Amino acid sequence: METTEYILKVKDIHKSYGNVEVLKGVSFNVKKGETKCFIGPSGTGKSTLLRCINQLTVPDQGQIWLHDEEVTHAGPRINYFRQRIGMVFQNFYLFDHLTAVRNVEIALIKVLRMNPKEAREKAMYELNQVGMADWADHYPAELSGGQAQRVSIARALAMDPDVILFDEPTSALDPELTREVIEVMRNLASLGMTMLVVTHEMGFACSAANEILFMENGRVIEQGSPSDLLNNPQFERCKAFIGQYHGFHE
Amino acid sequence: MDQIVFLTEILFPALIGGTVITLELIAVTAPIGLLLGIAIAVGRTYGSWTIVEICKGYVIFFKGCPLLLLLFILYFGFPTIGITFTAFTAAVIGFICCNSAYNSEYIRGAMLSVQQGQLIAAKALGMTKRQAIINIVLPQALRRAIPGISNEFIYLIKYSSLAYVITVIELTGSAKQVATKYFMYTETFIIVALFYLAIVTVATIGINAIEKRVAIPGFVQK
Amino acid sequence: MSTESIILDWLPYLSEGIAVTLGLVACSLGIGLIMGLPMALGQIYGSRPVQIIVGTYVWFFRGLPVLVLLFLFYFGIFPGIGLGGIPAFIVGGTVLGLRGAAYQSQIFRGAIQSISEGQMTAARSLGMSRFTAIKSIILPQAMRIALPGWSNEYPEMLTESSVCYAIGVAELLTRSSQIVSQTYITLPIYIVCALIFILLNYIGMKGLTILEKKLKIPGFGGGGEGAL
Repeated sequence: METTEYILKVKDIHKSYGNVEVLKGVSFNVKKGETKCFIGPSGTGKSTLLRCINQLTVPDQGQIWLHDEEVTHAGPRINYFRQRIGMVFQNFYLFDHLTAVRNVEIALIKVLRMNPKEAREKAMYELNQVGMADWADHYPAELSGGQAQRVSIARALAMDPDVILFDEPTSALDPELTREVIEVMRNLASLGMTMLVVTHEMGFACSAANEILFMENGRVIEQGSPSDLLNNPQFERCKAFIGQYHGFHE
Repeated sequence: MDQIVFLTEILFPALIGGTVITLELIAVTAPIGLLLGIAIAVGRTYGSWTIVEICKGYVIFFKGCPLLLLLFILYFGFPTIGITFTAFTAAVIGFICCNSAYNSEYIRGAMLSVQQGQLIAAKALGMTKRQAIINIVLPQALRRAIPGISNEFIYLIKYSSLAYVITVIELTGSAKQVATKYFMYTETFIIVALFYLAIVTVATIGINAIEKRVAIPGFVQK
Repeated sequence: MSTESIILDWLPYLSEGIAVTLGLVACSLGIGLIMGLPMALGQIYGSRPVQIIVGTYVWFFRGLPVLVLLFLFYFGIFPGIGLGGIPAFIVGGTVLGLRGAAYQSQIFRGAIQSISEGQMTAARSLGMSRFTAIKSIILPQAMRIALPGWSNEYPEMLTESSVCYAIGVAELLTRSSQIVSQTYITLPIYIVCALIFILLNYIGMKGLTILEKKLKIPGFGGGGEGAL
């Protein structure tokens, strides 16, 4: 009964690079429509964790399930899971040779085999969702960082994924540009998109997340709702970290 | 005929004789080609209008004219107007023209990439334009141009073989003679290929060593 | 009869050499492209043995003078595999093509390697297979980056093609020499030949520049990285 409720299950993920163990057994479950934020010092494996979920990085140990299907050890079927798991990168990684709308539609055409007309309509719809429809024919180099990131969110959305992974989506952006991206993400969260977000934006985490997971040294050491974070003494480490890195006091 | 005897007593002595001529061609061409290349690059970048146009014409002609044709012009054409060269001299002149034209392009590109501020700073110290070019711009530009110049040097090793067509019996020529005489084309040309590969490989190693020696910390070479 | 009119008489014969010369260039660029691109992909994405084979091939064909390659194939390899009677043009085109492949593969390799890893990561994150990602994302970018370098192959191959004189392909230089030996007018004919080469060079480069402009994408290639 309970198992079917989770759309994504992550169990005991380990990952080492050489002698350095970046992830030392991370587990959590995600319900549909939930937003989880991962916070913590840099180099604690948050990004690696996200990349393990869609197997851009293959974990050494542990399992991941999407809708009760195992994502780990999927072999060539991994491409199917990646269609179902969207990802947004810190540096956008828009395809530099394609216009905004082509960026959004290319996977629809090449991966989902949608016909070009339908794909274009879908792409325009998604660009509109992120407020970028007017920029459809511009190339990545002609967009500001915030605009580029919104296009890359549209690119992930277009695949109608079950969950979207955000890997520090605003870390490469100025504060003003950060705001426009955060707005889009907040909107997505309120519309019921399932999201896993690695971020340093405490404002977003506290207002939009259902749960905050504080990671340190490759482990989730504290987790709970934003109100727990603010009120519950179990969040001492996390609060200390936030105070230290963000000057965040309430 | 016994293969071993053919190799040791006929082919190798001939090829070694040819290699010496090839190396001579390269040894005469490379330094002059580099100096002339520098002169043309400087002329094209800092010269008066006339000099710029002359240098431009030089580069267009010698980059556009096939080297073999150039050798024909020098060796067969010039005697008809009373200027006669030995085959070796004609080959060297042709190689120098070609080598300097290409080198000048690399050096010019490198000179243009040296910041304007360098020249201004040199002038501010009281250097003349000439001093500034020689002491400040060129030492930087030449380092940047090393990959291009090295490339051109490797090309020179290879196109020196064209001298054979105007009767200089260098490496390729000596091989061709032996191959024709003993009718051993494949064997001979495979061996001569190895000779060239050896020369090119040794040259590449040497160039890399030079490049390392003249490198300046923090000075980006592209 | 004046030198000018003799040259004019022979001009049609000489001009036919233009077609042969351009034919050799086309072989070189064409075979070079068809072979060079897979070779570059093999050298980057292939298994260790594939990388070694491609690497050796490139080392061999880039390390040798065209003249030696022409002699090796024309007098050695082609007769050796029973194709001794084959027209010199085919031998010349083949050799220039095999050589072009070695050079071009390195141009493509450099271009592919210059594309940031993020492009592949993003493509894979959307569920594209490695093959689709290379075909739809990496190559369209790499080919644009490679175009200036690739264009430079044209003048190289144009002048290089004249070495086929040595095996008797009836291209521009061979025909010029034939005319010289018939008319005993040496210098003017060779100079006309040189001018034709320079003109072909100029026209070709103009065409390629137009193509480059047409394929240009804002902030991409030419200027290089920088734009983010």
